[in-house]
Amino acid sequence: MCLAIPGKLVRIFENTGLKMGEVDYDGTVSQVCLEYVPEIALGQYTVVHAGFALSILDEEEAQKTLALWQELLEKADQQRENDGRSGGRQNE
Amino acid sequence: MSKYLSEFREPAVARLMLDEIKGLVTKPWVIMEVCGGQTHAIVRSGIDQLLPTGVRLVHGPGCPVCVTPLEIIDQAIAIAMMPEVILCSFGDMLRVPGSQQDLLSARASGADVRIVYSPLEALQTARENTGRQVVFLAIGFETTAPGNAMVVAQAAKEGLTNFSILVCHVLVPPAMKTLLDSPDNQVQGYLAAGHVCTVMGLAEYEAISAEYKVPIVVTGLESNDILEGLLMILRQLESGRHEVENQYGRSVKREGNPLAREMVGRVFATKDQKWRGIGLLPQSGLTVREEFSGFDAAKRFAVQEIATKESPLCISGIILQGLQRPDQCPAFATSCRPEHPLGATMVSGEGACAAYYHYKKL
Ligand code: SF4
Repeated sequence: MCLAIPGKLVRIFENTGLKMGEVDYDGTVSQVCLEYVPEIALGQYTVVHAGFALSILDEEEAQKTLALWQELLEKADQQRENDGRSGGRQNE
Repeated sequence: MSKYLSEFREPAVARLMLDEIKGLVTKPWVIMEVCGGQTHAIVRSGIDQLLPTGVRLVHGPGCPVCVTPLEIIDQAIAIAMMPEVILCSFGDMLRVPGSQQDLLSARASGADVRIVYSPLEALQTARENTGRQVVFLAIGFETTAPGNAMVVAQAAKEGLTNFSILVCHVLVPPAMKTLLDSPDNQVQGYLAAGHVCTVMGLAEYEAISAEYKVPIVVTGLESNDILEGLLMILRQLESGRHEVENQYGRSVKREGNPLAREMVGRVFATKDQKWRGIGLLPQSGLTVREEFSGFDAAKRFAVQEIATKESPLCISGIILQGLQRPDQCPAFATSCRPEHPLGATMVSGEGACAAYYHYKKL
């Protein structure tokens, strides 16, 4: 029950006084309770545990992490090219 | 694969991080990943095999199904066998062995046991079955406590008299402390569970890190999250630092989720809690507060005293403390298999024994 993956909020509604929503996981839609993330907006991603959304995925943070990794990759490629040109060991 | 998953499993990034880890490490280190979901990802992606020799990952107690004590399983079965009861549970609890049987075999012998994905479904079952008693088996870590607290508050608001929860909630930080306090402890750094911290925030971890001088890196659940978490922790270890760092900023904020924490505190109080295989840990569990005691199944159905019996072969307690690996258990993959588990760690998707069984070609 801890293997939560992020899903995208596609609908908001109310049921028995609780703020509810529908979250899309790549085509599979499930109902979740939004009471703990009341400020969430349609289109945002959320991490859900046992039917309760517990956080709004911070897309800016996610992009920052990914951009950093991309930068590292490019640097490594650059390094490899330089090594190759200077007659160093060609990486596989 | 859905967005925000595959990008965090990109193999080229993984290779890069592994190279960096190899270039960094000068000494042997022992690091524990606390969360069973991380154990699963580590074994599935083979991270444990790719790390430089000397860097050892030990698997922690972070599988809620695994540490739920036998007494609770036996109590749940006893309650489920009552004719007026509908027992609702997460699916992965059904095959966890109790002393005599599991919930699945109780169902085969007539108990009304239903699988739900959310405690809200159990609450709905209560609304629809006013002539029956609906009991939800409310287990888990800090991640499921907010949902379980919410349904109790909601049932109280609606004045439902046929709904209750059988609670077994365990809290991660007290277990982390207990492991560090143990004379057998080998753990030098923790990958803390990203989703637990999503709810609870970082404060408790900062206290542990300062008191025990161990680095703690709050880490996500995808393979590259884990590699980055390891890199961050190894940088700390190699340079003699010990602080709390947050690798999983896309979900974890310093303060956690205050609304969720507040609701948990309103419905539950902390108590000493027994962990299956590990024992009683002070203030490591949750119990329903007095004002909501009408929704506490343990009180509603007086089934407190049950003598329990564990399989003598199972060493899952030692495994949950990171002292042995699953493949070191003599019963592993012989008399203990997922179809016939002797211990809870072989049942749950987050259990270390199940992860080894499914992903390791032994
Ligand atoms: S392999 Fe089975 S018997 Fe051995 S520790 Fe794991 S669950 Fe227990």
